[in-house]
Amino acid sequence: MTPPLRDPHQERWNFRFRLGVTWWLVMVLFLALITRLAWLQIVAQRHYHTLAEANRIAIVPLVPQRGLILDRHGVVLAENRYEFDLEIDPHLCPDIPATLDALTQLVTINPSDRKLFQKMRDESHGLAPVAIRTHLTEEEVARFSVNRYRFPGVDIEARLTRTYPLGLHASHLIGYISRINEDDQDRLEDEDLSDQYRGTNHIGKQGIESHYESLLHGTTGSEQVETDAAGHGLRSLAQTAPISGDDLYLTIDAKLQQVAEEAFGLQRGALVALDPETGEILAFVSQPGFDPNLFVDGIDQEHWNDLNTSPDHPLNDRALRGQYPPGSTVKPFMALAALQLKVRSAEDVLYDPGYFSFPGSSHHYRDWREGGHGKVDMALSIIQSCDTYYYSLANQMGIDRMHDFFTLFGFGQKSGIDLDGEAAGLYPSTAWKQKKYHQDWYAGDTVISGIGQGYVLATPLQLAVATATLANQGKRMTPHLVRAIRHAASGRTTRIAPKVSQALTFRPEDLETVRNAMIGVMKPGGTAAQAGAGSPYSIAGKTGTAQVVGVRQGEKYNAGALAEHNRDHALFIAYAPADHPRLALAVLVENGGHGGSAAAPIARQVFDYYLLGKRSPPATP
Amino acid sequence: MIKRAYVRWIAPMDRTLLHTTLFLVLFSLIVLYSASGEEVSKVLSQVRNLGLAFGVMGLVARTNPQILERLAFPLYGLALLALIAVALTGEVSHGARRWLHLGPLHVQPSELMKLALPMALAAFFEWRSRTLNWRDFLVATLMILVPVGLVLRQPDLGTALLIASSGFYILYFAGLPWKVMGLLSALALAALPLLWPLLHGYQKKRILIFLDPTQDPLGAGYHTLQAMIAIGSGGVLGKGWLQGTQSHLDFLPEHTTDFIFAVFGEEFGLVGELVFLGAMLVLITRGFYIANEGSTPFSRLMAGALSMTLFTYTFVNMGMVSGILPVVGVPLPFLSYGGTSLVTLFSSVGFLMSVHHHRKLVKQ
Repeated sequence: MTPPLRDPHQERWNFRFRLGVTWWLVMVLFLALITRLAWLQIVAQRHYHTLAEANRIAIVPLVPQRGLILDRHGVVLAENRYEFDLEIDPHLCPDIPATLDALTQLVTINPSDRKLFQKMRDESHGLAPVAIRTHLTEEEVARFSVNRYRFPGVDIEARLTRTYPLGLHASHLIGYISRINEDDQDRLEDEDLSDQYRGTNHIGKQGIESHYESLLHGTTGSEQVETDAAGHGLRSLAQTAPISGDDLYLTIDAKLQQVAEEAFGLQRGALVALDPETGEILAFVSQPGFDPNLFVDGIDQEHWNDLNTSPDHPLNDRALRGQYPPGSTVKPFMALAALQLKVRSAEDVLYDPGYFSFPGSSHHYRDWREGGHGKVDMALSIIQSCDTYYYSLANQMGIDRMHDFFTLFGFGQKSGIDLDGEAAGLYPSTAWKQKKYHQDWYAGDTVISGIGQGYVLATPLQLAVATATLANQGKRMTPHLVRAIRHAASGRTTRIAPKVSQALTFRPEDLETVRNAMIGVMKPGGTAAQAGAGSPYSIAGKTGTAQVVGVRQGEKYNAGALAEHNRDHALFIAYAPADHPRLALAVLVENGGHGGSAAAPIARQVFDYYLLGKRSPPATP
Repeated sequence: MIKRAYVRWIAPMDRTLLHTTLFLVLFSLIVLYSASGEEVSKVLSQVRNLGLAFGVMGLVARTNPQILERLAFPLYGLALLALIAVALTGEVSHGARRWLHLGPLHVQPSELMKLALPMALAAFFEWRSRTLNWRDFLVATLMILVPVGLVLRQPDLGTALLIASSGFYILYFAGLPWKVMGLLSALALAALPLLWPLLHGYQKKRILIFLDPTQDPLGAGYHTLQAMIAIGSGGVLGKGWLQGTQSHLDFLPEHTTDFIFAVFGEEFGLVGELVFLGAMLVLITRGFYIANEGSTPFSRLMAGALSMTLFTYTFVNMGMVSGILPVVGVPLPFLSYGGTSLVTLFSSVGFLMSVHHHRKLVKQ
């Protein structure tokens, strides 16, 4: 059935009718609007006039105090201290250039201070006081205070500033706060937090300061203030108090941290030491460090260039983001894998002629010791770090079984530490290579993976966690840096409970085999015998030396002939006391050479301090 | 030469619309000078926007509505594609995808849709006018819902509502039965609680704060509260040009764009506001008059809907600033600073002029 045709005249009439109805609706709504405006401007005018003209109400945010960061014993790592700025109120200061000249007699004012002052003055349109100098010394404060009567409109403003009392120490892990920039602002708006940050100028950018920003910042309060025509506060009408940020007690032992950092001397590298039973990190070192205090009020160009262009890359957090070939430190894990998967028993003996090669191939995978180790069983392979033993073991096991086993220890994945930007490292597999390079896996790739070279990469943090897992009988704890949170609002303290990442079960006798071999590493005949000499407690350790550049067939590694940054990295993993481990660690010294001579002594100093309370004499630079 | 230019460009312009527009434009520059904190560069930039907008208005005014009608569907399709492109690739700014980058151009396709949707709907109804039945209304509703849904996802609740309303006006003037409208409003009321969980956090917050502005004096409630203080303290006669204190002391946010009416109300008082509302009423009434004399269903529907859109913007913005509607990002026609909304606005006025100029050129 087709619908009847519409009558155009009827339609026109309908349209006109609807126009009329709508026009009256418009009139009614406009009248409602006018009524509202008339109410605001006639009936309530006095009320709003009082609010606006005589005494305006300004809503001033009350900025909460940022929470403190302390170590496990209460040593302050980050706090808020009073800083003194010299400010000029353009409204009250009759002659600014003359004032500046006179002020120069009392306090140091550089041309750069003047430039910044001029810029900030332009930005504030002369409405608010502007700082001419920040960080006044006590002497300058005293000198100005005596002469203050001579300078109308100039005053000292005290404000709380974030300070890191330890300076260079533990800088990567504490991180720093810095001025909120446009990116931060966008992020805050996206997270609907910009109201919370009204009045807050700084935000955590790195380390603990960044990861725990939401706890450290606190809750912003507000105050309704009556102001006069120029915007000066007269009296407070109502207020909601701010709630200070939470204080964080870290798992770090600040003294141990300092001992560890000093043990590095001038060398570059990283060290992570943790309690294997809980995953609490006691020292988290990346050397060289930097002074986080520089960043709080905006770093100046000169310091920034220094930090940024330094060949030592002090801003790089090596412990968290540095990815290195783990070298021979993988051997204890390889040995455990062999026992667990029953590929090789501890007693199986292999003859090492100084190299490994595939049948029918002339390519030699060389052992570090020319001429080889001769007859080698599992214990000796760890004690003397025999490469050939592991080349052939890897070849027997195959990369995919190795990949699955190492993944259990946390290789190739983020540890879940409470810091942002952790690197995941890499443990390769056939599937990974196919996906990444669209290439088949070669047997040669497997062989060198067996000694922690090739594609294998690990962060010092990952190595430390893997070592701790070994020390903790296969129970992998999540590494963490915050031990307790003191809530400012309630005054109550919450303890952070240890978390298990993965619980593995191994045969006790297999673990014992590996441990005894690692103890042997520290004894005469082992690769770290020197570092282990004379220790009253037993250490289980393993040295590692990671190639930075490959050495060609038939050539020899010659440290002296290589540029410094192409020399081998020195590595060392260990836990102690070996029978009841209290501390597990991983040490990396960039381009340090051999693990036994460069990295193990650092570990020894850390163990001595932690287990015996003994400070070693500072390392000779 | 001059005479030819006059015949080509000025003659098609309806005098009432032209004079009222010119009056409002001069008025707006005076207000903007004060609201921007006496910033000449901002006023000059708005003058440039106005020049462009006037050019577009003149161009649309001398174009026959029948040509515009032919452009309707391609324009709608283009706007729809652009909206989809934004949903897929657009730049995220402040947590929302609204902008599309085409080489050096930054386009906000939702702005184009504000004109494209009513044009397409009006063209659709003209095509169906002789055999109009309920199925056509269903199709038209779908034509509204698709772009509105895309804009809602950006998310931009304010613009989505404006686009939906411009489409609804066409449906209404095309003769959507009263019974259906009654039913729809009842359904919409009933669906409100169901829509609540779909809103974004900040959208919910705005509505809650609208219901009780004191619960968040630092945040979103702050805007409305400060705007009300500014307007209220202006009184009947206002504090005088450049004499407003609230906006100049930076108590008012967005005081050159969405909240410019607060500056205006503070300095020009109730009297100034009545003059402005009077001028707007002249424009809207004239629009209705032109709609009534339009020669084709397309031009009639468009003229009616555009006049109502003009009203909607004015009412929603002033309602928001004076605290009787929740805060949504809607510019105030003529007064708010910004190029895109100005071009859209002047194209609408140009369209009304075109309908008027061509009212007798097509016989029924």
